[in-house]
Amino acid sequence: MVNTSKPVLELKKLSKHFTGVAALSGISFNVSPGEVLCLLGDNGAGKSTLIKILSGVHRPTEGEVLVDGNPVKLRSPREAQDLGIATVHQDIGVISLMSVARNFFLGLEPTKGWGPFKRIDHEKARAIVIDQITAMGIRRVRDGNQLVGVMSGGEKQALAIARAIYFGGRVLILDEPTSALGVKEAEIVLRFIHQARANGIAVILITHNVHHALSVADHYIVLIHGEVAADFRKGEKTREEILDLMAGGERLQSLAAELEAGITSATP
Amino acid sequence: MASAAHSKDGATGAPARGSKSTTASGRTVKSSLKRVIRRPEFGAFAGMILVYAFFAVAAKNGFLTLAGTANWMNTASELGVLAVPVGMLMIAGEFDLSVGSVIGASSMIVSIGNGFYGLPMWVAIILALIIGALIGLGNGIITVSTRLPSFIVTLAGLFIVAGAALGFSRLLSGTTAVTLTPEGSARMAFGSQAAGFHVSILWWIAITAVASWILTQSPYGNWIFATGANQNAARAAGVPSDRVKVSLFVATALGAVLVGVLQTIQYSGGDVTYGRDFVFDAPVAAVIGGVLLTGGYGSAIGVFLGSVIFGVVNMGIFYTGWNSDWAQLVLGTLLLLAVLGNNYFRRLALTGG
Repeated sequence: MVNTSKPVLELKKLSKHFTGVAALSGISFNVSPGEVLCLLGDNGAGKSTLIKILSGVHRPTEGEVLVDGNPVKLRSPREAQDLGIATVHQDIGVISLMSVARNFFLGLEPTKGWGPFKRIDHEKARAIVIDQITAMGIRRVRDGNQLVGVMSGGEKQALAIARAIYFGGRVLILDEPTSALGVKEAEIVLRFIHQARANGIAVILITHNVHHALSVADHYIVLIHGEVAADFRKGEKTREEILDLMAGGERLQSLAAELEAGITSATP
Repeated sequence: MASAAHSKDGATGAPARGSKSTTASGRTVKSSLKRVIRRPEFGAFAGMILVYAFFAVAAKNGFLTLAGTANWMNTASELGVLAVPVGMLMIAGEFDLSVGSVIGASSMIVSIGNGFYGLPMWVAIILALIIGALIGLGNGIITVSTRLPSFIVTLAGLFIVAGAALGFSRLLSGTTAVTLTPEGSARMAFGSQAAGFHVSILWWIAITAVASWILTQSPYGNWIFATGANQNAARAAGVPSDRVKVSLFVATALGAVLVGVLQTIQYSGGDVTYGRDFVFDAPVAAVIGGVLLTGGYGSAIGVFLGSVIFGVVNMGIFYTGWNSDWAQLVLGTLLLLAVLGNNYFRRLALTGG
């Protein structure tokens, strides 16, 4: 299954500078349909900047992004969406004070009527959203009019993922989807990721949790200081090596040694 | 659990159809009651009943008569015409204080244009609408492009427009109040009345109906709520939040122009000081009507009821024969109660309890 088909998304020597400071330099990798790419890196390594470029929020300073082999310009979130790049941001991007159906169709409301009298087809919207989230395993929400604020963190995440897939997301970018969730809810989200992969969706997953990364990823990219520090496939590195890379690698080991040394020297 | 799920209505005003409870009738009543309580305009509705009942008893003569009713409705309608678009802008998360001087400025444009220079009334009105739209556009573009709080941007606008209106009025006409003789279709559209009920009431109802339809039925309405509740999420979903805001700034300015035109034609003359009180009255009516000060929540019907409360309190105090100074005390207290009440009801809506 790994990388038999052509990549759906390719990054070629992507760089981003913020007033002289390089946030990303020379990032190249690609993702294929039915593949989960796990993006690892410490805070400030450039993960967020990379996601913002891919979701159309930031423009790269250099390099290019290719979708289906064609160079594309991602000038707005809308353009990224239209190309099938769907991003579920860390703050999820669902709105608590709005209903489940209104959230699900935000920006892409199904309408009926014509011209200035075009209005949201509320019944259709409610029916679709309940279908979609039930398929994702959420059975507690039975009414599309229900406010999103009453949903749990995992349910909100599921709603956001269901939304991204429903609207033709072929590349699904998930930014720390499990970080705010309990064990059970995180499992539900990981199952969605499996499901998405089985449906031929390319997934880019950002996570800090090594167990979650190991359970779903086919391909790993490690970012350090805005550069690709490691690029390997499933099975090419041991769990410990990956854990090391995720935790900041040798630096953390040396910190542990330092601390230990400190303790020993402090104890008479 | 099932009944609780049924009772959670889209508080952004989505119609409740399609979520009928099919269980025992007692349950249906209870769940529809909950649904009603959780609507953003519920607090304003309860407040309106309370205030109206109070003045029905306290005001001795005239409040309950046809003339008394016309009086409070006229007062409410002039505020409501402006408060509804101001409320929509607040739902989108922004303020517009400049409306206070746009009313006076448009009043002067119409009265100087028609009364002083003899332009046809409709030409003067269209001129006022164009200038109003440009002021709204300016407020909106400055706010969205600088990301400064609209409170401060439009506060500056309030002074700039007020100063310009005063300055140009004196420069052109030598005075700050010009009389005119309204006639023809413009008089009918903005100055006619029947049995004391002013035509502004029709404008008020029409604007509320259109605003309510936009907020609850149109995709644009969905974008207004999303922009006010979480602009980043709205943007990420592809909502053109900046355009939504700019268009609403234009709408509030046009609402202010309409108030200026209504007052000028009704009183047969323009005055640069018209509408000064509306700077705060309009947002207060919106908040009493259930609009969340931080955006993302509210309804046009609620703002309509908020302006009814304003009219009832102002005229009610007048009919009791008390000093009208007390009106502000009552309105201030109501505002505080509204904020507390809305906060409570919103929490109820979010917990679903």
